[in-house]
Amino acid sequence: MSDKKQKNRRDFIFTATAAAGAVGVGAAVWPLVDQMNPDASVKALASTEVDISSVKPGQSITVVWRGKPVFIKRRTQDEINKARSVSLDELKHPEKDEDRVKNPEWLVMLGICTHLGCVPLSDKGEYDGWFCPCHGSHYDTSGRIRKGPAPINMEIPEYVFLNDNTIKIG
Amino acid sequence: MSDSHYIPKSKVGKWFNDRLPLLTLANHLTDYPTPKNLNYWWTFGGILTFCLITQIVTGLVLAMHYVADTKLAFASVEHIMRDVNYGWLIRYVHANGASMFFLAVYIHIFRSLFYGSYKSPREIIWIIGIIIYLLMMAAAFMGYVLPWGQMSYWGATVITNLFSAIPFIGEGITTWLWGGFSVDNPTLTRFYALHYLIPFLILGLVVLHIWALHVPGNNNPVGIEIKKPSNDTVPFHPYIVIKDAFALLLFMIVFAFFVFYTPNILGHADNYIEANPLVTPAHIVPEWYLLPFYAILRSVPDKLMGVIAMFSAILILVALPWLDTSKVRSAVFRPLYKQFYWILVLDVLVLGYVGAMPAEGLYLLVARIATAYYFIHFLIILPFLGLIEKTNPVPLSITEPVLAGAAMATKSAGENKIENNLKSLG
Repeated sequence: MSDKKQKNRRDFIFTATAAAGAVGVGAAVWPLVDQMNPDASVKALASTEVDISSVKPGQSITVVWRGKPVFIKRRTQDEINKARSVSLDELKHPEKDEDRVKNPEWLVMLGICTHLGCVPLSDKGEYDGWFCPCHGSHYDTSGRIRKGPAPINMEIPEYVFLNDNTIKIG
Repeated sequence: MSDSHYIPKSKVGKWFNDRLPLLTLANHLTDYPTPKNLNYWWTFGGILTFCLITQIVTGLVLAMHYVADTKLAFASVEHIMRDVNYGWLIRYVHANGASMFFLAVYIHIFRSLFYGSYKSPREIIWIIGIIIYLLMMAAAFMGYVLPWGQMSYWGATVITNLFSAIPFIGEGITTWLWGGFSVDNPTLTRFYALHYLIPFLILGLVVLHIWALHVPGNNNPVGIEIKKPSNDTVPFHPYIVIKDAFALLLFMIVFAFFVFYTPNILGHADNYIEANPLVTPAHIVPEWYLLPFYAILRSVPDKLMGVIAMFSAILILVALPWLDTSKVRSAVFRPLYKQFYWILVLDVLVLGYVGAMPAEGLYLLVARIATAYYFIHFLIILPFLGLIEKTNPVPLSITEPVLAGAAMATKSAGENKIENNLKSLG
């Protein structure tokens, strides 16, 4: 057997061992990493039904969905007009109000500032929508970011109107 | 090292030492030649060791009474404060101990900055120190979450949301960190586990920090390499031990003042309100020791760039030994650097102040200027200063300026360095 041939066979063994080792370590580490992801009990709480019959125009309620606050705002005609009269060019994250609601009267969105996750205060700020006290983001009556460090509009969760008085979020 | 030839006097000692050379190590630590001109700014290494041990011991005891569950955590902390024997004392020592730890570490870091202790051949000591500092911040942050007050909850929310700024994978990472879709019970239990782990990682790194220190030996106020041992050094024990002990006593007076007279002054009143995921406190501020970085985060109007700026402000320190091009270590012989050093100290204090204030109007403007200056100091001033600054003459040894008085040698820094290199070869 020549030296060269022997070296090639050794190289093969080394590479194969290293590759098998890497796969083995990866397989062993993955459960340790994945155990930190949301568990079955957390995922099981993925949807919430809300009775909205008692909410009056101009009023806003906050419900908890997946541990996060969801704002359900019954907007007045004035607030709807305000949200719809803005031209998209003025928006940092251009989205039509029409695309953010299923029923113009009801704005359903995650009450979480998209900057660093604080809960904005309602009916505050320069655009009469929401204002985040943490780092000063202003949102309009459609929950769109207008001023401040937040990068995008407040998120709209998945929801459906089960009937006129009930919304199912998630 | 000369002390590796140490032979214990007793027979038992020799028998043991041949099998595990612990006595050699003890002898090395006792005789360790230390520059004789170390001032009180050099006592903070010992003080920091004391802080670490205090946090581990009080933390161990608190862990015997604390319950990491969102429904019980807040009450269990009040239980410690009211029912557990001396629980109030142990918790106040632990909570204020964190602040004292950071106070000491900031003095320790700024001492290095002044006397150039991060420069060759001590870069590894410096970088290990930065890692320890990062771990300290992680431990302090997670510890602050455990009482499950309003500041705990919203601080955790804001800081974990920093990771959501990462493009594409940010949301996934944040969910992974939380173990849910918001900060909740899984977050609390994992933070508790990590809060318990990190101090021991720090302890391990402290051993490496000291090990790396004992290879070249201590820097000193004059900032020159000295022959060890020589008439420029004294043995660590008893000279440095007694000096460290005295400084530690003074430090403990300050510590005790906070614990016994104003135990809550460094905390935030909102943290005595139990966490409420639906109400954000009007004004979220981190603990005082994180304020300068918080100010940097808020001074950048873009989310991702703000996060990058904040982390860069810490990580830039890793590159410091190479950013500072000056061959002279100690600011004592660097008239220009000395001024820029104090401007940096002021800059960091200003950042800390505006970090505690609302991010608007004049505060925001000041924060932006101070943030810009912070980076300018490290990225522009330091590299150029080393090239253009005319340094004062550096003495050849610690003893020389004392003995020779006015007849101080006027060697240039470059020649001095060559000589030192020759010394270290010899």
